[in-house]
Amino acid sequence: MANGDSVSGPILAADGRPLRQSLARALRLQKLRALMLIAPLLIFILVTFAAPIADMLFRSVENAIVPNTLPLTVAALEDWDDASGQPPGEKVFAALRQDLLAAVAAKAHTKLGSRLNYEQTGVASLLRKTGRRVKRMEEDGDLAAQFAKIHKSWADPETWATIKRFSSAYTSGYFLNAVDAKLGATGIEARPENERIYIFLFERTLLLSVVITVACLLIGYPVAFLLATLPMRTSNMLMILVLLPFWTSLLVRTSAWKVLLQQQGVINDTLVFIGLVADDGRLAMINNQTGTIIAMTHILLPFMILPLYSVMRTIPPSYMRAAKSLGATDWTAFWRVYFPQSVPGIGAGSILVFILAIGYYITPELVGGTSGTFISNRIAYHISSSLNWGLAAALGVILLVVVLVLYWLYDRIVGIDNVKLG
Amino acid sequence: MTDRDRAFVAFDGVQKSYDGETLVVKNLNLEIARGEFLTMLGPSGSGKTTCLMMLAGFEVATHGQISLGGRPINNIPPHKRGIGMVFQNYALFPHMTVAENLAFPLQVRRMSRTEVQEKVQRALDMVQMGGTEFAGRRPAQLSGGQQQRVALARALVFEPDLVLMDEPLGALDKQLREHMQYEIKHLHERLGVTVVYVTHDQSEALTMSDRIAVFNDGVIQQLATPEDLYERPENAFVAQFIGENNKLDGMVTAFADKEARVHLDGAEEIGALAVNCQGVGFRTMLSIRPERVLIAEPSAPNQLQGRVVELIYLGDHIRCRMEVAGRDDFIVKIPNSAKHSMLRVGETTPIGWLTNDCRALDAA
Ligand SMILES: Nc1ncnc2c1ncn2[C@@H]1O[C@H](COP(=O)(O)OP(=O)(O)OP(=O)(O)O)[C@@H](O)[C@H]1O
Ligand SMILES: [Mg+2]
Repeated sequence: MANGDSVSGPILAADGRPLRQSLARALRLQKLRALMLIAPLLIFILVTFAAPIADMLFRSVENAIVPNTLPLTVAALEDWDDASGQPPGEKVFAALRQDLLAAVAAKAHTKLGSRLNYEQTGVASLLRKTGRRVKRMEEDGDLAAQFAKIHKSWADPETWATIKRFSSAYTSGYFLNAVDAKLGATGIEARPENERIYIFLFERTLLLSVVITVACLLIGYPVAFLLATLPMRTSNMLMILVLLPFWTSLLVRTSAWKVLLQQQGVINDTLVFIGLVADDGRLAMINNQTGTIIAMTHILLPFMILPLYSVMRTIPPSYMRAAKSLGATDWTAFWRVYFPQSVPGIGAGSILVFILAIGYYITPELVGGTSGTFISNRIAYHISSSLNWGLAAALGVILLVVVLVLYWLYDRIVGIDNVKLG
Repeated sequence: MTDRDRAFVAFDGVQKSYDGETLVVKNLNLEIARGEFLTMLGPSGSGKTTCLMMLAGFEVATHGQISLGGRPINNIPPHKRGIGMVFQNYALFPHMTVAENLAFPLQVRRMSRTEVQEKVQRALDMVQMGGTEFAGRRPAQLSGGQQQRVALARALVFEPDLVLMDEPLGALDKQLREHMQYEIKHLHERLGVTVVYVTHDQSEALTMSDRIAVFNDGVIQQLATPEDLYERPENAFVAQFIGENNKLDGMVTAFADKEARVHLDGAEEIGALAVNCQGVGFRTMLSIRPERVLIAEPSAPNQLQGRVVELIYLGDHIRCRMEVAGRDDFIVKIPNSAKHSMLRVGETTPIGWLTNDCRALDAA
């Protein structure tokens, strides 16, 4: 101690270097080794998780196809006033001809057509038709008239307004579309009643997910309680039953619900047999919301039971005994002593089930019919059928944001420290 | 019948089996008077906790009857028995503050808010935890000793007539444990509650209890005051379990008027107090406390030769291990006084004792 006091400045290690430096050197090797151990996982996560999310975020606003395919037209349109009610002048049509000639050579005009078709129906066929004929145009003739002859839409200022609105490299169009709005002549406006679908789907997804989470909690809590309190042998047996679904294919389980729930299915047959429902009044329990709720509650139940169980297992039985010895009835002892201590498990299980439910795809697709599908089914449709990846990305981003907001709310209200997985 | 009336707690022929194959508690008969401090003492697995749990109502007796205040309680659920209980790990509710923990038994009894507050404060004062800084803390923010006090206060706050404690001091260090022993003892004297206390620490049992029930293998081996238990053990198990004990094995050769002549395996014959030996020809275990052995005292009636094997100097006394009658684990405590000349290792010296100090017990 006296030695350390007499030397001012940094404390030195045995070899004369400053101690702090030697320590950092000693730890660096450890850190490096730790990093190497997690490197495979890190790379895997970057490639399969972080990169796709970044790509999705980018795609939801990316719009390079318009300025890339029609560079001259976009530049020429700068001077045109889209509120004038008149189609643009000859200069713009000349630029359009140039751009289209290049685009047709590169076979890019149909892609541009599908992109702009999301914003204004009919543009796809307009561009396809124009692309076939643009080569035969006379260069010095009245281009506006020639274009109008190919398709009258070229004389419509609305077409040009659409091109101008989506001429920048980034667009809010996909996001507006995803919330049932669009960029009209006068700014953001709601879509007509019959075209609205996504807000409604988001609402349905959230509502059904809440219902499924609550159902899982109501069914799972007593099971987890039994698992945690029964003697080892019995509870192990019960645990196997809880885990059994994990050993069966998801598809098989979902299809089994089809067999059980359909109108000519086992449950309806039984109900008719015992006379609870009439033969012509068979219950519709599949291909609607009921089907989705039943099948998804079943499939997500283990994700509720396991966190609940692992928290409940850590609650010693002596607490309940203490409460009873202090004069509490079974119910009071449970409600005031056991239940509060199981809340972290409820939090963990509910978050897990809710987040899994909100993004679930395969089960609603199979048993949801039209009234029981989720937003993720719509996303899948845009990715694999309509190929509108931008919109799919925008919907995905919104879903992600909703989950993050809910998570934040949960943290504010319950506190994320109160979530325990065991 | 008057006897039964006096018993506040009574176990009557109680048996308990968990698995239907072995009896963990075998034919327990025990009566505890109102206001008594009774300790159940015994080695691990001897069935002490099981007895306590049956009394508290958390385990059902397989056979027999338990009564409290003259009323059979076999079919009364735990929360209606009104028995306070201190658990080994305290079982303080972790999500409630100290004050809430103490208020719990009062709230479930639907007492008014002011009454609850008053009683909680009184109970905290009673265990010297009345300071304002404690009431709002969670159990995790208290030291082990403080948690113990709170658990004690919680078991007493609703003024039960009977308090059960299952190794309440097991998790504390030695000094704090001894301190708490006195505090619990004083509380018991002041409040006049009946206490059934479980421990496997014999010094704890000896300091605190009015009576001690020594358990082994599901059977009460002896039920007596601390003094009787130490001075007059009734069987080999109790003699060995309580305090330090020298044992000598032998065979009874004669038997007359409380005194037995015993032929030791080391080929000598001595006299002993016949306490629990079956008769002439049976084997017996002689029990002599180390402090009752007399060194080089020609007047002692029973004389043997002992060879000193080991000497340990302990200040106030010297602990001497000797070889006596073929056994080399015979301990003698020699007071450190001028009267005794210093022994040396290897030396042989005559030893002896009074016949009453040597008890002939069952052969263990
Ligand atoms: N819930 C139970 N199920 C089955 N056997 C049990 C159960 N509880 C206790 N036992 C058995 O009963 C016997 C007595 O147990 P008990 O807990 O009463 O002992 P104890 O005297 O309190 O011991 P310790 O001093 O270690 O606490 C032991 O052999 C134990 O294995
Ligand atoms: Mg015990």
